[in-house]
Amino acid sequence: MSPLAFDIAHLLAGSMVVVSFLLLYQDRITGVLNVFAVQAIILALAVAFQAWSQGAPHLYLTALIALIVKGGIIPLALHRIVRELGIHREIEKVVGVGLTMLVGLALTALAVIVVLPIAQEAGRVGREDLAFALAVILLGLLMMITRRNAVTQVVGFMSLENGLVLAATGAKGMPLVVEISVAFSILIAFIVFGIFVFRIRERFDTVDVHALERFRGD
Amino acid sequence: MRLLLDLLAQGLQMTLVLAAAPLLVGWTRKLRARLLRRRGPDLVQPYRDLVRLLRKEPVIAHSASPYFRVAPYLVFASTWIAAALVPTYATGLMFHWATDLIAIVAFLGFARFALGLAGMDVGTAFGGIGSSREVMIASLAEPAMLLVVFTLALLAGSTQLSAIAEFLVREPVGLRVSLGLALVALLMVAIAENARIPVDNPTTHLELTMVHEAMVLEYSGRHLALIEAASALKLTAYFSLVACLFFPFGMVTSTSSPLLYPLGILAWMAKIAVLGAVLAVFETAVAKLRVFRVPEFLGGAFVLGFLGTLLLFVSRAL
Repeated sequence: MSPLAFDIAHLLAGSMVVVSFLLLYQDRITGVLNVFAVQAIILALAVAFQAWSQGAPHLYLTALIALIVKGGIIPLALHRIVRELGIHREIEKVVGVGLTMLVGLALTALAVIVVLPIAQEAGRVGREDLAFALAVILLGLLMMITRRNAVTQVVGFMSLENGLVLAATGAKGMPLVVEISVAFSILIAFIVFGIFVFRIRERFDTVDVHALERFRGD
Repeated sequence: MRLLLDLLAQGLQMTLVLAAAPLLVGWTRKLRARLLRRRGPDLVQPYRDLVRLLRKEPVIAHSASPYFRVAPYLVFASTWIAAALVPTYATGLMFHWATDLIAIVAFLGFARFALGLAGMDVGTAFGGIGSSREVMIASLAEPAMLLVVFTLALLAGSTQLSAIAEFLVREPVGLRVSLGLALVALLMVAIAENARIPVDNPTTHLELTMVHEAMVLEYSGRHLALIEAASALKLTAYFSLVACLFFPFGMVTSTSSPLLYPLGILAWMAKIAVLGAVLAVFETAVAKLRVFRVPEFLGGAFVLGFLGTLLLFVSRAL
């Protein structure tokens, strides 16, 4: 692989990690949704570039799915949900931005330290994509933990899935069947989440998931 | 003969930064005023201010210790050294072995320490607030700055500015997301360190939000002139640093002939002017942050610097 192609792959994958940090930092709900759309678009670019450089045409389809579903439909639908719930102006109190960012940095470092030694056989790009993808996945998980709002938790989950797709494309592509089934399961999860959010709202007049804690039964 | 030429080139750089620093300040002020639809002071107004202050007699508080008189000279000297060490128009000048990034950070840190101490010397509450805030900002900015240094050192294999600049001119580094992150982080640090909006407002007086101005409130006359000159030099030093690290084109490398120096000087002036314009536009566009949000701003710079180092580490660990 030429140095320029490597640089472009590095740039796109690296930007995904940076955008993940932006997601962690952003505390306005509409801002979170916009940043998520940006991440999906960067993912689509990264996958499309991999398709071109690996000569794997079926990856173009993956890129297209990422672009249309995650860069378009899901953010738009979430925007609608947020508006219908009347929380589009809400500013979420993120528990300690500084602490979250530090934990995020530690997780990113962990991803790099874990992946680099075990992926010696993979190519340069594969190893790098794997490290960044793991970082994106961990940051998505972190976002799900630190947020209280059900909608932003959904975004955290979706961003985690972006990381999965990045990992899969870096590793010499994944079978199309797997990709499509993953995309569909994500879509279904999204619908379930949507219904779930509305049900929480109906019952408790809020989408703050801490309202559920009273029902833990301990 | 060779030695004499080398000395001359280095001396030229030292006088160049000193002579250009007030002009840079005048340029950003003028531009900011124009953006706010005011006419603004003359470009050479900072020189006039400095001359006027130098002529005036300094007034010193009764409670001031001898250190109060010494501090402006310490601040000015160490800032000037830092500004003169950053390569402006050429790499590989006579003292290029001393142009270590960490050393420059240390010189600037020493100047800040000296000024912070002087702010507390008289014993007014205002100076104390200024000093404590300035040091808080500095303690947050310095780690971010060092991470930027690490990023560049990983890439170029050296912390010597001259070597890094030559490396960046010579080698094709390609598209590096780390360099972009480091640039943004360095700009954020530069804004915080130079007491610009959104961290501090360089034009306020007697306001509870001010940081740098509160610290130097007790100074007057030639002492104030030295401090003002030092802050102009600091701005120039940071701009030269950005220009030399991230936009090194137009710099005269050590292998080419000294006849190209005028061209290098012109290129440097142009780069500094562009950066000054960007600063003016940015300052007009954003509002000042609350002091307690400054850690978030600089935390962002730290995160970007760290990510830059990390991403570079991944692509180089083979």
